[in-house]
Amino acid sequence: MGLQVNGKTLDTDEEGYLSNLSDWEPEVAQVMAEADECDLTENHWEVINFLRSYYEEYQIAPAVRVLTKAIGKKLGKDKGNSRYLYQLYPYGPAKQACKYAGLPKPTGCV
Amino acid sequence: MAKPAFETPRIPDFPEIPVIVEGAMAHSRPFVAAPDHQEALGFPGELVDDWHDTAIAKMGEMLGKYRGLRVFLDSCVKCGACTDKCHYFLGTSDPKNMPVARQDLLRKVYRRHFTLAGRLFPKLVGAADLTEEVLEDWYRYFHQCSQCRRCSVFCPYGIDTAEVSMAGREILASIGLGQKYSNEIIGKVHKIGNNLGLPQPALADTLEGLEEDVEDDTGVSVRFPLDEAGAEVLLVTPSADFFAEPHVDGLIGYGKVFHQAGIRWTLSTKASEAANFGLFIGSYENMRKVARRIREAALELGVKRIVFGECGHAWRVAYSFLHTLAGPFDFLDPRYPVPQHIIEVTHDLIRRDALTLDRSANDERRITFHDSCNVARASRMGDTPGGQFTLPREVLRAVCNHFFDMAPDTTGESTFCCGGGGGLLTDDLVELRVKGALPRMQAFKEVVERNQVTHIAAICAICKSQFAKVLPYYGFEMDQILSVHQLVGDAIVLGGND
Repeated sequence: MGLQVNGKTLDTDEEGYLSNLSDWEPEVAQVMAEADECDLTENHWEVINFLRSYYEEYQIAPAVRVLTKAIGKKLGKDKGNSRYLYQLYPYGPAKQACKYAGLPKPTGCV
Repeated sequence: MAKPAFETPRIPDFPEIPVIVEGAMAHSRPFVAAPDHQEALGFPGELVDDWHDTAIAKMGEMLGKYRGLRVFLDSCVKCGACTDKCHYFLGTSDPKNMPVARQDLLRKVYRRHFTLAGRLFPKLVGAADLTEEVLEDWYRYFHQCSQCRRCSVFCPYGIDTAEVSMAGREILASIGLGQKYSNEIIGKVHKIGNNLGLPQPALADTLEGLEEDVEDDTGVSVRFPLDEAGAEVLLVTPSADFFAEPHVDGLIGYGKVFHQAGIRWTLSTKASEAANFGLFIGSYENMRKVARRIREAALELGVKRIVFGECGHAWRVAYSFLHTLAGPFDFLDPRYPVPQHIIEVTHDLIRRDALTLDRSANDERRITFHDSCNVARASRMGDTPGGQFTLPREVLRAVCNHFFDMAPDTTGESTFCCGGGGGLLTDDLVELRVKGALPRMQAFKEVVERNQVTHIAAICAICKSQFAKVLPYYGFEMDQILSVHQLVGDAIVLGGND
């Protein structure tokens, strides 16, 4: 499996998540979003950027509450909830947004 | 993330037994585990060259070890009582999802190699060789069983299809064909301590955030301690409780119960997972290794009690197998059950009037309860038979004014699986999960229409994630699933305990 970005083929797993976190660049998110017919707005990018910085610090995606709280602080309290995040990422913020951010898919009973 | 290419079943007015459609789910096949996920668990990285002989030898070894397996393979009389009891058959119409047909996938090979008649006259006794085609059927259809054991309730011989599908999966893993979802997760438990791979700093940060949230919401400082030696209780809970919704609201509920009861408790990094997927893949060795972390954590922290959070199969492993897998637990306080379920803790406190509860806090909600299969059919709570059914309901009735049960043939011992249990809670099986949820969704729809029920409450992390995923396919909202301890937490009157 692979993802074509800027003339390069990036290695991905069966579900299209990047195999190597270090392969990520903003165009990766663009290409993935286009395939899902999703327009990336500034608010989408807030989520992606937060996921990446959290992952860099903790080597794991943030828990849903951690994410909603952080987004609420950045974008306003009315947006700090899962309902809003599901509007942005209808396939689920934990999975779809992690994928765009180049993070591995969260595993477990989630 | 393409939109799923299947149709969500229509919910009929009355439960219907479908007309069979041969091969309807023959395309459903979860991802195979990668070599590193296999090897971390002690299995070969990929399909071994002599897979046929290795598989038969493995079957022989298991027949020698597990007497039940041989009895289950020998005793079926093809009466048909199980055929319409499986949620995956009811939702998919695929005849290989009839429990007897699922068992027969293993049974025909067993007869060919381990019975005299099958060796001499295979065709006369339904014996067959393990061909590539049969092996492929094993992989597909042993991953279309959530090991919920509903069929075994109706089998006059008590044949346990879960044991058969676990055995099938163990053989598959041991020849190199493990399932990615379960095996990757078990590897993370061995390496990091939980299914998510949540390391200690992230766990500590998450719990600190919860303390802030609860204080913001209630004005009371409720603690969510991690690795605190000398606590009385070690809480072992599914890592989804740290990560996902509605699970985390249940964790907040446990914290409020301990706070209000004045019980000093702690979580543990080492045992930061209640789930034990070793059960799902039928691997005693992996199940044992996962279970032993709990004993080690309890000893290191010097706790007196072990309490399990809301996780269905974890409670089966804990209640039924923990002493054998990881005992003895003679260092714990013998006045309490070893192990104890969080529902038992809360139930006992309610019975002793040790919690102040305001039911009206949940008045906006009309609740029903989903009995999770592993709690319902493989464990107990309290000290009377059927306590696993009565205790959660008594807790719910104590914390909300509007409680309604679903139809009796879909609850208690006859409960229908959520559709995502047994290691099938993965996106590569979403069609199976949606279709397998049909009987539960039908029963839910009925109480929604009859009693204006708004929410379904559960005590299993898998059930909660599965319902959040499948409810929208049937026209409901994803947030109509709640943790039982969320309802408890919302009703508890905090304070007077500082």
